[in-house]
Amino acid sequence: MAANESGLHNRTLRQVSGLLRDGQVSSVELTEAMLARIEAVDPAIRAFITVTPDLALDHARRADEMIAHWRNGTIDTLHPLAGVPLAIKDVILVEGVPATCGSRILENFRPPFSATVIEKLLAAGVVILGKTNTDEFAMGSSTENSAFFTTRNPWDTTRVPGGSSGGSAAAVAARMAFGALGSDTGGSIRQPASLCGVVGIKPSYGRVSRYGLVAFASSLDQIGPLARTVGDAALILGTIAGHDPKDSTAMRLAMPDCYHRFEYATDLKGLRVGVPKEYFIEGMQSEVETAVRDAVKVMESLGAEAREVSLPHTEYALPVYYLIAPAEASANLARYDGVRYGLRVGGEGLGVRDEGLWDEYRNTRGVGFGAEVKRRIMIGTYALSSGYYDAYYLRAQKVRTLIKGDFDAAFKEVDVIACPVTPTTAFKIGEKADNPLEMYLSDVFTLPANLAGICGISLPCGFDTAGLPIGLQLMGPAFGEERILKVAAAYEAVTGWHTRPPGV
Amino acid sequence: MALTLSEVEHIAELAKLSLSDEEKARFREQLSAILDYVAMLNRLDTSAIPPTATVLPLRTVLRPDEVTPSFPREKLLANAPDANAGMFQVPPVLE
Repeated sequence: MAANESGLHNRTLRQVSGLLRDGQVSSVELTEAMLARIEAVDPAIRAFITVTPDLALDHARRADEMIAHWRNGTIDTLHPLAGVPLAIKDVILVEGVPATCGSRILENFRPPFSATVIEKLLAAGVVILGKTNTDEFAMGSSTENSAFFTTRNPWDTTRVPGGSSGGSAAAVAARMAFGALGSDTGGSIRQPASLCGVVGIKPSYGRVSRYGLVAFASSLDQIGPLARTVGDAALILGTIAGHDPKDSTAMRLAMPDCYHRFEYATDLKGLRVGVPKEYFIEGMQSEVETAVRDAVKVMESLGAEAREVSLPHTEYALPVYYLIAPAEASANLARYDGVRYGLRVGGEGLGVRDEGLWDEYRNTRGVGFGAEVKRRIMIGTYALSSGYYDAYYLRAQKVRTLIKGDFDAAFKEVDVIACPVTPTTAFKIGEKADNPLEMYLSDVFTLPANLAGICGISLPCGFDTAGLPIGLQLMGPAFGEERILKVAAAYEAVTGWHTRPPGV
Repeated sequence: MALTLSEVEHIAELAKLSLSDEEKARFREQLSAILDYVAMLNRLDTSAIPPTATVLPLRTVLRPDEVTPSFPREKLLANAPDANAGMFQVPPVLE
């Protein structure tokens, strides 16, 4: 059966999990269908940096064996992700598969180990289809900072998919994968999920191991899932979450069982929803505000009680983020020195003074990093440098305390916070590429959650008049994932925005 | 706050980044704009506020002191731009 004719790619993760379990399709058949889908659609979307057909089919054969063993009783339980093809953002290491991070400096890097999240997915029987495009080192909001190419938004290929996990979001939206992993440092899962009309979760800091995630800003980074439904994303999250001896910040906490359920109650009686007044700002697209306010009304119709809350330091989140994240990045990216792995550009190559190893460092990094990465390394280096540390980095860390305090206070009054994900729907490729500050503004509603370490989810809540998807963000307290998943799933169940496919 | 060209060069040297003249000029302009923007943090009195470096409670994580296998040398050297006799090779740093 020709893959695209099978229509398998249009099924949700939950549906194909059922088909695999019932023996109606094998993982090899499903994987072949998705590889054919990628071949047919990805030339127009360019979500993948690397497609791994051989590896995917190996994983699929192993999953089919797993399913056969489960069926004949050799093993007692079968993970619902067994045999399901997923895509992985190219900042997460899969042993032996190139991990470029969207950067020339790692173009030929093949990691000698896999991230903990990958080990967990493989143990569950997941099939890895390939590695998805990202802004270089996850620094960006559009994938335009990828050193290789810009991913197209499946809803309108003249527009960006968002970023930095834009490849993962576009792959899921264009039905090239049933789910994907991304990473979120300031909104890099939620913002592209919103722009591509899919679900994306930024887990609480400490929920998911970062071992094998190429570090950008270590106090902010979290790996999380993207999928077409809340339940599908929750299932992936439940699989990758938990303690890891290799990452001491990955907390030892019990997983709420909701992660492994596919259905949630739609009764929100007694739930207190906070709507932060600071998240409806001048200059934002009016259709985004309307869609989000309508979503709150839907929650009220399900029994929730909505009230306005204030997060008074919201306007400071962006300047705080653009000091703390670059400061941490400038330290993390010091490792790219052309000695142990990655690009090396010799000292003589650029015709500058030859100081041997020192020039090799300068030239490797000068040639290997793109403009945005250099810009952030420069800001971070400056903010940490002698004489400026107190005025910039330390002050930003203090204001971070105030931002976290805003959320602590708000969550005493309400159970979840509902707000927009980003001020506008998908923008045109090139529209903001030359203005870093304007690009940074597209993360203005997502980066507070990273600074506070809390959890957030983005899910579809409507379309603008151009037919572009609008996202709703729900934020919950640290380790309050169960709460936001429950509300998101209830909203999803009674609205159905997620069922509309893009025209690819 | 406008950065001077020599400040841009100083930062680039601290970060070990070789930049073209055109990059220096562009970064001077863009970094100055970003620093102007973040200056809004000065509106807040933060003298009595403790800094947040991490949102997690600080704790010491212990593990049993057991010998476990480490990566084989060849595997770690496989990505090296230059290796020799089981070691990473770099240009001489001493005359």
